[in-house]
Amino acid sequence: MTGTAQLQTYDFAGGEYNFAYLDEQTKRMIRRAILKGIAIPGYQVPFASREMPMPYGWGTGGVQVTASILGKDDCLKMIDQGSDDTTNAVSLRGFFEKTAGVRTTYETSEATIVQTRHRIPEKPLREDQIIVFQVPIPEPLRFLEPRETETRKMHALEDYGLMHVKLYEDIAKNGHIATTYAYPVKVNGRYVMDPSPTPKFDNPKIDRMAALQLYGAGREKRIYAIPPYTDVKSLDFEDYPFEVQKFDMPCGLCGAENVYLDEVILDDKGGRMFVCSDSDYCEERRAEGHTGPMAADPAAVHIGGGKQEETDR
Amino acid sequence: MPAAAETMPQNATQNSALAPGFQDPVHDAQDCFRAIMNAMARPGTLHGVRTSELTPPAPLTPAGAAAALTLFDYDTPVWLDRTLMASDEVKGFLRFHTGAPIVSEPVEAAFALVADPLQLISLASFNQGSAEYPDTSTTVILLKQDFGDGDKVTLEGPGIEKSAQFAPKPVPPTFWDQVIANNRQFPRGVDLIFAGSAEIAALPRSTHVTLPES
Repeated sequence: MTGTAQLQTYDFAGGEYNFAYLDEQTKRMIRRAILKGIAIPGYQVPFASREMPMPYGWGTGGVQVTASILGKDDCLKMIDQGSDDTTNAVSLRGFFEKTAGVRTTYETSEATIVQTRHRIPEKPLREDQIIVFQVPIPEPLRFLEPRETETRKMHALEDYGLMHVKLYEDIAKNGHIATTYAYPVKVNGRYVMDPSPTPKFDNPKIDRMAALQLYGAGREKRIYAIPPYTDVKSLDFEDYPFEVQKFDMPCGLCGAENVYLDEVILDDKGGRMFVCSDSDYCEERRAEGHTGPMAADPAAVHIGGGKQEETDR
Repeated sequence: MPAAAETMPQNATQNSALAPGFQDPVHDAQDCFRAIMNAMARPGTLHGVRTSELTPPAPLTPAGAAAALTLFDYDTPVWLDRTLMASDEVKGFLRFHTGAPIVSEPVEAAFALVADPLQLISLASFNQGSAEYPDTSTTVILLKQDFGDGDKVTLEGPGIEKSAQFAPKPVPPTFWDQVIANNRQFPRGVDLIFAGSAEIAALPRSTHVTLPES
């Protein structure tokens, strides 16, 4: 912690970057877009997305949103599919450590801003937290109607019949709604929105969440938002109501139920286990003494361990 | 108008030195933006802004100046109400620090600054945005607001858990009827920012307003 404390006293300011990389005019432009996004929940605000020192697809939209709201007293958590220590999360966390010198954390409850690639932490977010989503394709109607002029008009006229047809075709083909991620939602009874490719398991968390949600799509140059306590309804039918995935076993390491699980292959003989996708949640539960059915398995040992030293870095 | 614009810098230097902007442009603007963003995300709640260092020319207030320095630049045409428009120092301050073009037609403005809220022109005269691009509407910033002393209205909608009370003052007589009409045309409509002495509140177009029963 002492290392980051030193960084906060402006070491980087004398260096090559403005605080949090972006120049002030860019931040102002993005900040104005964020305000519009908040005022029109679920509406995609166009913004002049900048080229970032990372390729599109690495979360340039989320990074630009985070850089524009970030202050020197913030504490940042970066997750990639629920995990704090996978490639995308590690490199983006390093980006902000280098360009803004802010404190970072693995702990959901300690963070003031959580930037995420496609998961929402299992632990409910608080009013004083902000969650920033990295979005690849913000337009929920894009695969149904490729023309931006047309999708704009459809949003303007609240013409969302096509989306229901898509969900209906799912039922006709598969017997159930087969959309499992990027599951479309209706925000505040008005705009249909893509909650980014989060598993639909996380959709109920978006509804009336206490934290402010900001969504940034860098390549597609769109920002949108959901204010706290906004009604967000996953689209469905009366006879085919929205439901989330269910797992028939608990997390192998911490025994948690009703959480989103990742399948991990343990060997080349068919050995596998299911563990929490939210690595911080899993670790915290194990620290509290919860153990799952596979926690003692020697093959599973290397999966949960070895993280603590990185947190203290 | 062009004549006034040309003589402005001269006047400004004669009357007083140009008032400084943020002491720490990066972090002061960030701090003020977070206050405005949180205000917009939680309609009707008050959020403190650091204004002690700002000494903008009257009738621009420190909180109003902080909002202007945070949000305005060459991309944002700004409309000023009559009292602000009358002050060359205010126009000089905004032009120098933000570079924002000052426009005379409210419908052309991205932001409107109002120092005399009692004389506020109709909200409908500002840009309301279009059905396809509702984000192009004007954001109206009301200065000199006192919170808690005005007519109490009830707020509901995104950003509010159940309902909230809001009572800013001064606002013009038919103001709340206009705000209700503004909400009815959602997603089009203006957003409102209320700047007090050291606090900021906001009322996005998404907020549903109920007047007290009288």
